[in-house]
Amino acid sequence: MAVDSIPQDQPAPPKVALINDPRARALFFQVLVLGSILIFGGIIINNTMDNLASQGIASGFGFLNTTAGFAIGYSPFLEYSEENTYGYALLVGLLNTLLVAFIGVVFATVIGFIMGVARLSKNWLISTLALIYIEMMRNVPLLLQIFVWYFGVLRALPGPRQSVDLAGTIFVNNRGMFVPAPVFEAGFGLVTAAFIIAIVGIVVLAKWAKQRMELTGQPFPVFWTSLGLIIVLPLLAAAIMGFPMGWDYAELQGFNFQGGAELPPELVSLALALSTYTGAFIAEIVRAGIQSVSHGQTEAAYALGVKPGVTLRLVVIPQALRVIIPPLTSQYLNLTKNSSLAAAIAYPDIILVFAGTVLMQTGQAVEIIAIAMGFYLLVSLIISMFMNWYNKKMALVER
Amino acid sequence: MAEQTQHIVGEHPDLQPPASTVGAYGWIRENLISTPINTFFTILAIYLIYLLVPPVLDWLIFSAAWVGTDNTVCKNETGGPIAAACWPFVVAWFKPFMFGFYPDSELWRIKLTYWIFGLGVLALVIPAVPFKKWVAVFLLIPYPVICYYMYAGGSFGLVAVETPLWGGLFLTLVIAITGIVASLPIGILLALGRRSNMPVVKAVCIAFIELWRGVPLISVLFMSSVMFPLFMPEGVNFDKLIRALVGVTLFSSAYMAEVVRGGLQAIPKGQYEGAQALGLNFGKMMFFIVMPQALKLVIPGIVNTFIGLFKDTTLVGVIGLFDFLGMVQAGSSNKDWLGYLTTGFAFAALVYWVFCFGMSQYSQHLERKLHTGH
Repeated sequence: MAVDSIPQDQPAPPKVALINDPRARALFFQVLVLGSILIFGGIIINNTMDNLASQGIASGFGFLNTTAGFAIGYSPFLEYSEENTYGYALLVGLLNTLLVAFIGVVFATVIGFIMGVARLSKNWLISTLALIYIEMMRNVPLLLQIFVWYFGVLRALPGPRQSVDLAGTIFVNNRGMFVPAPVFEAGFGLVTAAFIIAIVGIVVLAKWAKQRMELTGQPFPVFWTSLGLIIVLPLLAAAIMGFPMGWDYAELQGFNFQGGAELPPELVSLALALSTYTGAFIAEIVRAGIQSVSHGQTEAAYALGVKPGVTLRLVVIPQALRVIIPPLTSQYLNLTKNSSLAAAIAYPDIILVFAGTVLMQTGQAVEIIAIAMGFYLLVSLIISMFMNWYNKKMALVER
Repeated sequence: MAEQTQHIVGEHPDLQPPASTVGAYGWIRENLISTPINTFFTILAIYLIYLLVPPVLDWLIFSAAWVGTDNTVCKNETGGPIAAACWPFVVAWFKPFMFGFYPDSELWRIKLTYWIFGLGVLALVIPAVPFKKWVAVFLLIPYPVICYYMYAGGSFGLVAVETPLWGGLFLTLVIAITGIVASLPIGILLALGRRSNMPVVKAVCIAFIELWRGVPLISVLFMSSVMFPLFMPEGVNFDKLIRALVGVTLFSSAYMAEVVRGGLQAIPKGQYEGAQALGLNFGKMMFFIVMPQALKLVIPGIVNTFIGLFKDTTLVGVIGLFDFLGMVQAGSSNKDWLGYLTTGFAFAALVYWVFCFGMSQYSQHLERKLHTGH
């Protein structure tokens, strides 16, 4: 009836002055913002061009193909020498960053989960120790911790001849850490193939088991069969080929160790500091995640007769993970970004190699900083894309 | 059992709790040895404490050199550094650690601003003090300006002190506090822009925020130290400290924007609609209705951002500024005090820890205090 009462010949709304029209205002502001950014950017680009020209610095990415002419202290994956190009040096630095970030993420996760669970322990001593660990690590700058590990611990260790010996296979001294390196002989390809087949098999099996569970309610021991598959298949392949694998142990020869894999002290201290520091943050995330699952959930599952192990696996952990995973990924991202502190102890990561040495040699600040920042942006983009995907998958489906 | 007294139902006197659940023994039983696994963990923890605590305490306190004005007390029989802390090093270098190489005769300028800041913060923290709003406004706007003139000098009859002489904890505080104070207004604007309906403004703000949040601070500092000089017209040269401050501010304003956005999102839509229904325009609505509520909500978040920034200021050492940590390193590379780097680190760790832990406790206290609902 309200509609009917509106007179048909209603006059058009009074004309608003242009200055008060929200659309006109929005347009004006946006043009203003865009315009000032363009002008500002133009001035900056102009100044930069002038400065580069007057200092005789080339521009463009051509320098990536020039010979680098400097050595990089540590390049475990690629053979690098002074004759290689700047582009190749960039790749080496990039891989070094990814290496330390990967090691850090793995250990930080382990430390974080152990400490997070310990923090919730009913044992007063254990939970207090975890609390002290967390509060100590979180409130001291990471760079200071890296320095303490590097100068205070690893550099203070005895020389190679008096190395700290862990079980006769791992040696730690002031030149770094020496661990046995795996050696793959001919025929190892089959073992790798068997491993991949096992993984594919597990994925298929898990899908089938889930389908059967939904159709018939019959559970299938997926975990134990998967474990069996992933151990037995590669082992079988290895046995057929006559175990084509060995270890190359580090041995003291003369003044230093030969053979094995060498982890330089910079890498070890950086990885230690990153993982213990981030581990403390992850511990708090894990604690909050576990605490967020209300006790009623567990009790309800028990009331339905679900066994404690199954309750933990199917009721508590999935709900805790929903809370844990998003901040956890942002901690991984922080760790990756923090690995750039490597520059302070001369671990050749992307910042030290590229924003340090290459920048000093070529002077092409704009291109080099853009590449270095672009790399980190790419990593954060990938991680946040993963996070969004995971959030969508895990979000509560409301009916 | 010989005598069993009869009681009327409901009049039985209260019994003492069993001895095993109260007192020290009850507590130990409950918390440390309730199950075999628990007992195992207790023993493990005690073993860990035994492994870690005595050597650390010995290094820090019992074997450490305490009194003395030069390095002689910190030497062992062979003339090398002792295998424990050397506190005279910290005492001898205390002034550089705190103020860098700021001239002695001008130190009162720094100390005076510290006192003003301390009193202001005290006034903010103690609930009974009135005029909180004005104290806060004073600390946020006129105070930094006063500090600038006091520190740099060169006007009002004060001797000019060049920034390369600034250092130590003083420089750390200058960078961290400038970073947070300058990033607050930028962060608010960015947060508003990110929630704006105007697509261009929104896109620009998102791009700006995500760019700085996606890269490490060290790359921002490198950028500010090598790229800013290129951006300027020829002949214009920036002080190294100013460059670092601009980099730190850009970086922290992105984080600040996200903190403020969190506060804006927590304000119910009714507040916006109520303001609009009263005929307030956008500026008035934000200034009088939304921001006071949102900023109150995000104080703990701002404190947390400040803690992060305070820890991150250590990175300015990489571009050649002598902050607190840089000064500690410089001190232990002095030829008289070689070999006492770890002592310096222990002292630095203690100072950083006290600052950060204190602030995080305060922010948690605020969170509890401001948490008024549900």
